[in-house]
Amino acid sequence: MIEFQNVSFSYEKGKSVIKGLSFSIADGEAVGLIGANGAGKSTVMKLLLGLLAGEGKILVDGLEVNRANLAAVRKKLGFVLQNSDNQMFMPTVYEDMIFAPLNYMVSREEAEQRVDRVLSQLGLDYLKHRYNHKISGGEKRMAAIATVLAMEPEAILMDEPTSALDPYNRRIVINTIRALPQTKLITSHDLDMILDTCERVILLSDGQIAADGPADEILRDRALLEANHMELPLSLCGRE
Amino acid sequence: MNKMDKALQEIGEMDELAARSSPIHNLSATAKLLSTIAYIVTVVSFDKYDLSGLAPLLLWPVLLFQISGIPVRTCFYKLRIVLPLVMAVGLFNPFFDRHIILRLGTIAVSGGVVSMLTLMLKGVLCLMASFLLVATTPFDSICAALRKFHVPKTLVTLLLLTYRYVGVMTEELAVMTDAYHLRAPGQKGIHVSAWGSFLGQLLLRSMDRAQELYASMLLRGYHQHFHYAPQKPFGKKDAVFLAGSLLLFALLRFVDVAQLLGGVFVR
Repeated sequence: MIEFQNVSFSYEKGKSVIKGLSFSIADGEAVGLIGANGAGKSTVMKLLLGLLAGEGKILVDGLEVNRANLAAVRKKLGFVLQNSDNQMFMPTVYEDMIFAPLNYMVSREEAEQRVDRVLSQLGLDYLKHRYNHKISGGEKRMAAIATVLAMEPEAILMDEPTSALDPYNRRIVINTIRALPQTKLITSHDLDMILDTCERVILLSDGQIAADGPADEILRDRALLEANHMELPLSLCGRE
Repeated sequence: MNKMDKALQEIGEMDELAARSSPIHNLSATAKLLSTIAYIVTVVSFDKYDLSGLAPLLLWPVLLFQISGIPVRTCFYKLRIVLPLVMAVGLFNPFFDRHIILRLGTIAVSGGVVSMLTLMLKGVLCLMASFLLVATTPFDSICAALRKFHVPKTLVTLLLLTYRYVGVMTEELAVMTDAYHLRAPGQKGIHVSAWGSFLGQLLLRSMDRAQELYASMLLRGYHQHFHYAPQKPFGKKDAVFLAGSLLLFALLRFVDVAQLLGGVFVR
């Protein structure tokens, strides 16, 4: 589904943030992208979405991420931003959810059906006509996920989906992510959430892959995590 | 809630006003946009001394306020920052134009005073009409209507993003103001020594967020078209509204209604 082939990128000349990155993600796989601050996680996401252009080749469902394919690639990828305020820019949740389908020329009738289906699937029917500036942070995060699901993307990318959420809302978001059948790529410092939602983890360090393997193995490796400025997930502390 | 949070809430309230339902809300954005432009052109076309000719044009916004159910006080409350600026436009006219053109009993009124009042009224009328358009039509629908008239994509996108970014900038300003006051207890406002860095930071932070917001639009298929905007087709009622409005403007522009009414009551 997603393939990085020797991808490099630098914001400043001579200072590479991503260095010859190669990995692939299969259909339906849930992958956690972890690493310390500045490791290059957000840059990887932006490269994948075509918001940045680097060297090397990135493929999404066989399509190369380049200017010509950008619209088709973006249609396949749903991106949940870390700051839901930046994602929810329309007045109401309904208008935000219908924004993408209508832009992709889905008929209004079908788009409205999608909105109802997704809201019902996430148990958020009560949010449909609420104003974005009047809903809570947790509701906004769930609504942001709903706006992406209404696109019916083939893969979902999430940037820190549980940041700034209370434990109750965090659990709701985690359960929602777990239930999604799509391919998932999630960046987060919340390693407990990654452990709960992803079967595979890619650990980035200084723009390169430091480890790539089953989440249960990598997230139990205290030495590896500490060498990369991270710690064991709280749920595994004392039990590794 | 600080001032900025209140400002944010007010921006949100404009969207709520636009989402209401009334005969005016239910008209197509195209009809409302055209009639508003025609109204503003009519208002602006009056001579600077033609105060009595201009006054009857109040009729149109008053009618629209009544039919749409939007309280007039909401309009003046939301325009409270802009109104004084508009009113100030002709403030110096009385000093430059002193020739007497009118006598009210024993009081001589100079051309400067009349032109000042005319300019003020013109400003107020144009603002009221613009407010009514935005308060009865979702902003994205206005943008869609502008595109129908082949206003350049870039210009319309700029307008749309400006509208969206006002909220973003206000949010950032609210956060920064709170952070400043928490470390400057008892201080009123922002000290002049911090203005430079404060504004610089505000600009950088707002740009960051604005970029992310625009990226979010692009990632969900935005390509400077407005398929997603709620658009009501231009129907019979829109044609009637538009034709009625244009007729009314023509009548008020070319017939001195004030003089006619005066002739009826004063013989």
